[in-house]
Amino acid sequence: MDASMLIAAPELLVLIMACVVLCVDPFMEDDRRGIIHLLGMLTVVFAAIITLRHDPLVEGKAVVTAFNGMFVRDGMGDTLKLFAYATLALVFTYAKHFLRSYQLFSADFYTLSLFSLLGVMLLISANSLVMVYLGLELTSLSSYALVALNRASTRGSESAMKYFVLGSMASALLLYGMSMVYGATGTLSLPAIADAVRVAGSDDVLLIVGLVFLVVGIAFKLGAVPFHMWVPDVYDGAPLAATLFIATVPKLAAFAMAYRLLASGVPDLHGDWQQMVAVLAVLSLVVGNLAAIMQTNIRRLLAYSTISHMGFVLLGLLPGSAYGYGAGLFYIVVYALMSAAAFGMLILLSGEGRAVRDLDDLKGLNQHNSWYAAVMAMVMFSMAGVPIFVGFFAKLLVIKAVLDAGMLGLALLAVVFSVIGAFYYLRVVKIMYFDEPDGETRVSVPVDFRAAISLNGLLMLGLGVFSSSLIAVCMESFPS
Amino acid sequence: MLTLGHYLTLGAILLCISVAGIFLNRKNVLILLMCIELSLLAVNMNFVAFSRFLDNLDGQVFVFFILTVAAAEAAIGLAILVVLFRNRRTINVAELDELKG
Repeated sequence: MDASMLIAAPELLVLIMACVVLCVDPFMEDDRRGIIHLLGMLTVVFAAIITLRHDPLVEGKAVVTAFNGMFVRDGMGDTLKLFAYATLALVFTYAKHFLRSYQLFSADFYTLSLFSLLGVMLLISANSLVMVYLGLELTSLSSYALVALNRASTRGSESAMKYFVLGSMASALLLYGMSMVYGATGTLSLPAIADAVRVAGSDDVLLIVGLVFLVVGIAFKLGAVPFHMWVPDVYDGAPLAATLFIATVPKLAAFAMAYRLLASGVPDLHGDWQQMVAVLAVLSLVVGNLAAIMQTNIRRLLAYSTISHMGFVLLGLLPGSAYGYGAGLFYIVVYALMSAAAFGMLILLSGEGRAVRDLDDLKGLNQHNSWYAAVMAMVMFSMAGVPIFVGFFAKLLVIKAVLDAGMLGLALLAVVFSVIGAFYYLRVVKIMYFDEPDGETRVSVPVDFRAAISLNGLLMLGLGVFSSSLIAVCMESFPS
Repeated sequence: MLTLGHYLTLGAILLCISVAGIFLNRKNVLILLMCIELSLLAVNMNFVAFSRFLDNLDGQVFVFFILTVAAAEAAIGLAILVVLFRNRRTINVAELDELKG
């Protein structure tokens, strides 16, 4: 077999399986649709096995390229892909219950998520501007359709439209930046762009204009302020299963996109993009945390908390050091797991035909479902960055990377705003434990859901206690 | 004689028109879709101009990819528009206000 095909084997598997799921669906009776779920899970498991299996090309070399240098496999890419599979397995497990109770259980969700996963994987492995664009569009187009999954919902279709218009606009701006970078360097390959910039120096106006547009595109995809307008509306309006997906897997790709474009594409312009990223990070921390305090809707609260988490991820990119990128990678991976657990809990608490929307829906959860209240509390503590929980170590590493780069002011600001942020996470815990319930919330979910959500919640604690191994994996992904 | 600068100016003007169209238009969602297409065409103009003046074919190949993706994007956009119209019986931008953002 062709060596390129072998290197891109996980992508090929996901592509084939997405098509298989699409073709199998019309032949399935309603009560046998479980097979589609099984196929989705199998895809994720086998993709993980293929990625983990080190073929001879990968061994010994840190970086392998394929398809004439369009596609790259390296430590960071493999780490991110493995976590993308793990998160998607959680998403499938949680989403199955939601889709069944809303009569949406068909191949739509699975095909779109698998194609989106393919886009995420291509974006993670992109080594050329063309691949970045194609991976990004495959991820985004599938996400737009996912938001409109519930065709009868007015909120869903409205938020899909908003997401589509803003997302397409952001892609166009990103492309405009790419065209400028191409014009300044005469190549589309990211390593060649880095070489051209090193030779030509960094005072080319075309290049700087292009860089500004690239940063705008990245900020939109991460959902950083001031390009965050779509985040609360999409999180609130989309069906919970789609929100769960959008809040987790594509975020991993957005981090990879930022790393590939800024750190491997234009490392010599670090001084220029550092300032822009610093502004985005500060605004995200400030606006995200302050706006989250004012929310009474739990989904919008989580949306604004996402924005503030993205501020931290951007802080990790700031120093431009291997340690900083490692910290950013650790943060985004932890964020994806936390976010999956949080939205998984919302699905768990949504009864037949009634989705959890308000914070008050969580009132007194502890009285009837104390284990699930404990899981939710662990997730909230982790997001707030309470010591022992894994979220604390994620914040700690980022702040340490920023301090190592000598940016004391930014580090202090990050600490202050994570303390402010702790307020609204702890309020959720207070509502669950100390408020009187309005009525009994019946939790009737299948056993695989219970196992997954319990495992997901315990991971917040377990990864925190044994954080050193995951941190080591993330740090080794970036050769210094 | 047309120089690279002329083509880049045209691309920039097209992009400005499309961005202005998206933010100023309060009437019709279809016009938003047209503006998005226009912005992609502005990018294509840039790529072709650079490709011609740098004497490098990569840019023109990229344009083919952009055109293909733009077609897929329009298909998804119109599909969402149809769903939206079925639910709301309107495609007026100002009336899409159920969500606060």
